[in-house]
Amino acid sequence: MSIAITTQFICFTVLSLVVIIGALGVVLLESIVYSAFLLGGVFMSVAGLYLLLNASFVAAAQVLVYVGAVNVLIIFAIMLVNKKEDLKPINDIKSRRIISTLICLTLLSLLIRVDLTNVWNVASPQNSIGEESTIRIGEHLFSDYLLPFEVASVLLLMAMIGAIVLARRDVMSRDISTGLPVDQELIEKSSEPLLTNKN
Amino acid sequence: MMSLESIPIQAFLIVSSVLFCIGIWGLLNSRNAVRVLMSIELMLNAVNINLMTFSSYIDNNLIQGQVFTIFVITVAAAEAAVGLAILLSLYRNRVTVDMESFNLLKW
Repeated sequence: MSIAITTQFICFTVLSLVVIIGALGVVLLESIVYSAFLLGGVFMSVAGLYLLLNASFVAAAQVLVYVGAVNVLIIFAIMLVNKKEDLKPINDIKSRRIISTLICLTLLSLLIRVDLTNVWNVASPQNSIGEESTIRIGEHLFSDYLLPFEVASVLLLMAMIGAIVLARRDVMSRDISTGLPVDQELIEKSSEPLLTNKN
Repeated sequence: MMSLESIPIQAFLIVSSVLFCIGIWGLLNSRNAVRVLMSIELMLNAVNINLMTFSSYIDNNLIQGQVFTIFVITVAAAEAAVGLAILLSLYRNRVTVDMESFNLLKW
């Protein structure tokens, strides 16, 4: 712990406020594009919280993977499916909202009660590994966590192949049901223009 | 009351609890499928904050929580890729991202 304690408190307060207000904005804002960019801010603030917890490597991984990959992927998906549409109204949306909010508040009070009442067996900060955590993570990954590490690489390969298989178009020369030749135009091109009715 | 030599562990845990509940609320109440995926990412981040907090406060020599967080980040990246591919495929078939219209498996 090299930073002064007051600075730590100020950083923690600011980062927590950004995380919580940003997360509220992600779920509450009307525009999905604003939500996506706020999500990037939330990820960056979570990386800042990791830095406060003496974990520089995980903070860097968080910025690289979440902000650099996941958030960009979400923004790409928004741009691919961003058609303004009038959602069909649901008749019992009010009661649904109330019930889900009650469930969330109950869960929140339960979690906070556990957080506050449980006696945490906090270790002394003397034997903290501190700045050498990157070395320790490397030791873990190549000794006792070697099997999960390798399985994670297989998982990433499977996710990559699965994403390609799911997202590509099946190009067939003939329609299966009618036998007529299908037009090979892009579906988005042949259907009505997507972004004409934006406001 | 609390010793002020460092940030209390409860502060981090409360932040992660609030973030998790916001994620669940978004998951239950969003009608846009992309927002559902974003809520899942919020929940995964809340879990990661929890793991990192316990790793830093309770297991600060053998930091196994940080290794777990690395694995969770890996799985979250794979989940985001596959989830968005499913979303694109759904959008191509239904021409909508409204969660209420995805009721093919409803009984």
